[in-house]
Amino acid sequence: MTFKRPTTAGWIALAIAGLCAVGFVDAAFAQTAAPAAADAPAAAAAAAPVPNKGDVAWMLTSSALVLMMSIPGLALFYGGLVRTKNMASVLTQVFAIVSMVGVIWTIYGYSLAFGDGGSMTPWIGGFAKAFMHGIDSNANSATFSNGVVIPELAYFVFQMTFAMITPALIVGAFAERIKFSAVMLFILLWSTFIYFPIAHWVWYVAAPDDVANAAKALAAATDAAAKTAAQAKLDEVTGAVGWLAGAGALDFAGGTVVHINAGIAGLVGALIIGKRTGYGKDLMAPHSLTMTMIGASLLWVGWFGFNAGSNLEANGVTSLAFVNTMVATAGAALSWLLCEWIVKGKPSLLGICSGAVAGLVAVTPASGFAGPIGAMVLGFVVSPVCLFFVSTVKNSLGYDDALDVFGVHCIGGIIGALGTGILVNPALGGVGITDYTNITGNNAGTYDFAAQMISQGKAVLATLVWSGVGSAILYKVVDVIVGLRPSVEQEREGLDISDHGERAYNM
Amino acid sequence: MKIVMAIIKPFKLEEVRDALTAIGVHGLTVTEVKGYGRQKGHTEIYRGAEYAVSFLPKIKIEVAVASDQVDKTIEAITSAAKTGQIGDGKIFVINLDHAVRIRTGEADAAAL
Repeated sequence: MTFKRPTTAGWIALAIAGLCAVGFVDAAFAQTAAPAAADAPAAAAAAAPVPNKGDVAWMLTSSALVLMMSIPGLALFYGGLVRTKNMASVLTQVFAIVSMVGVIWTIYGYSLAFGDGGSMTPWIGGFAKAFMHGIDSNANSATFSNGVVIPELAYFVFQMTFAMITPALIVGAFAERIKFSAVMLFILLWSTFIYFPIAHWVWYVAAPDDVANAAKALAAATDAAAKTAAQAKLDEVTGAVGWLAGAGALDFAGGTVVHINAGIAGLVGALIIGKRTGYGKDLMAPHSLTMTMIGASLLWVGWFGFNAGSNLEANGVTSLAFVNTMVATAGAALSWLLCEWIVKGKPSLLGICSGAVAGLVAVTPASGFAGPIGAMVLGFVVSPVCLFFVSTVKNSLGYDDALDVFGVHCIGGIIGALGTGILVNPALGGVGITDYTNITGNNAGTYDFAAQMISQGKAVLATLVWSGVGSAILYKVVDVIVGLRPSVEQEREGLDISDHGERAYNM
Repeated sequence: MKIVMAIIKPFKLEEVRDALTAIGVHGLTVTEVKGYGRQKGHTEIYRGAEYAVSFLPKIKIEVAVASDQVDKTIEAITSAAKTGQIGDGKIFVINLDHAVRIRTGEADAAAL
């Protein structure tokens, strides 16, 4: 081995390594400090819950399944749909986004999304958990059940896989016509300013045990002063949540946070970046529906980790989410195939794959809330709507959402988010509102259709506005710094050669 | 000497090869090509995008034969490749000035 002088890129790599080392030292101090702090309350919390081995195994398995959704699932699903000359470009973009988000999630993303933000808590977490400060193998995270915890490391890595796939979904909208450097810079900014806050808004909830303890204290309070103090404590616990979670929006596994969020960011990108050169004139048929079918199937399998894993433990609700993910997807795949057969005359492979993905998207927010029959109906309904958007609406408006990120993920996500508000109704086989602030502890909350739909609509609108406007600003910033589009010559040659200096296929 | 070049339907290749072997023509060159003549293309639909595909996949075979074998060769290809449907293909005959077998250096008729 010979030693070469570091190039500019080498110096950048060294700088990153240095930064990581600083973080490691910080984390090491945290680990040495932790046991001392833990000793004092140990006696008081003698009955502190410990993680269940089955829950831990399931959460780690789910995390690996969700990673498989991105690579190779999504990468192949998207890759098969582009032309041969851009195959390596799409695969590289997805792989690189997954890797980059893995790094920033560890450094500051988890802390922003799932940390305590102090007075800013409804909007964003702080930097208290940056560089995984305080997260060692003894740290636990709350689940949705009283007295059940999982290791915070498992929660950290499970949520990391969500942060990885969401930005990777966006690249389908502007595939075949964006510079790799622009993709990387945009996703870095988008994850930081759009995804981490929205994940915090929806998923940063009070621990059920804290709520129950505060509620018990309130019930035990005898005189007026103690009652007031206990009530204030309960309000503080239930108020220290993301603002959309506090508004009562139901999103089991990420219909708003993941799909509407990525879908609208994709549409804005397709509009700002513009159409592919030759769009509407040249043949832009998918280069390999075989790859797309493999990718869609891997997505379906991985989605069991995504939806059933989102229950954070392995129990009956987990099984419900699993079954819903199965039946809604089957319904939607079949529904798209049949609609296409009737409308276009032929049942297509791309159609059934698209239907499956639309069904998976729609059932995501509903997976732990709807009953299986409700979920299947949701699947039947989502496909014709998405088919209408990817064919009729897209063609009449003329935007080039290359791989239909908006038509499938945003529209499917909205159908799912609103459908969740309907299907959670126990009268339709749903589980009813799970009310973690219910001080009687039976969690059999009431269902109010109008109030629930307003909450769902609020979450949808907030995501559309924050992600839509925020993404537009970030695209413009990226355009100024590195430029969004390659030259027309580079685009004609294909991004595989112009961006990466290689071909996906040499045959 | 002549080159007989034929554009045929892909699934007829084996029958054409058998017919040529039967009349003593050994060796031919095959290329996968696309094109169109009287046969129009078809429409492909990918989600909302409809593409009129006017170039259809065909097989081009090229066989070098002595001039007195040209008629037999054409007849063999015609009878083997014919389905009676539009799109059966065409045969072109081109003059061949010179031929050399690389291994031995034999020339013209001896090289075929």
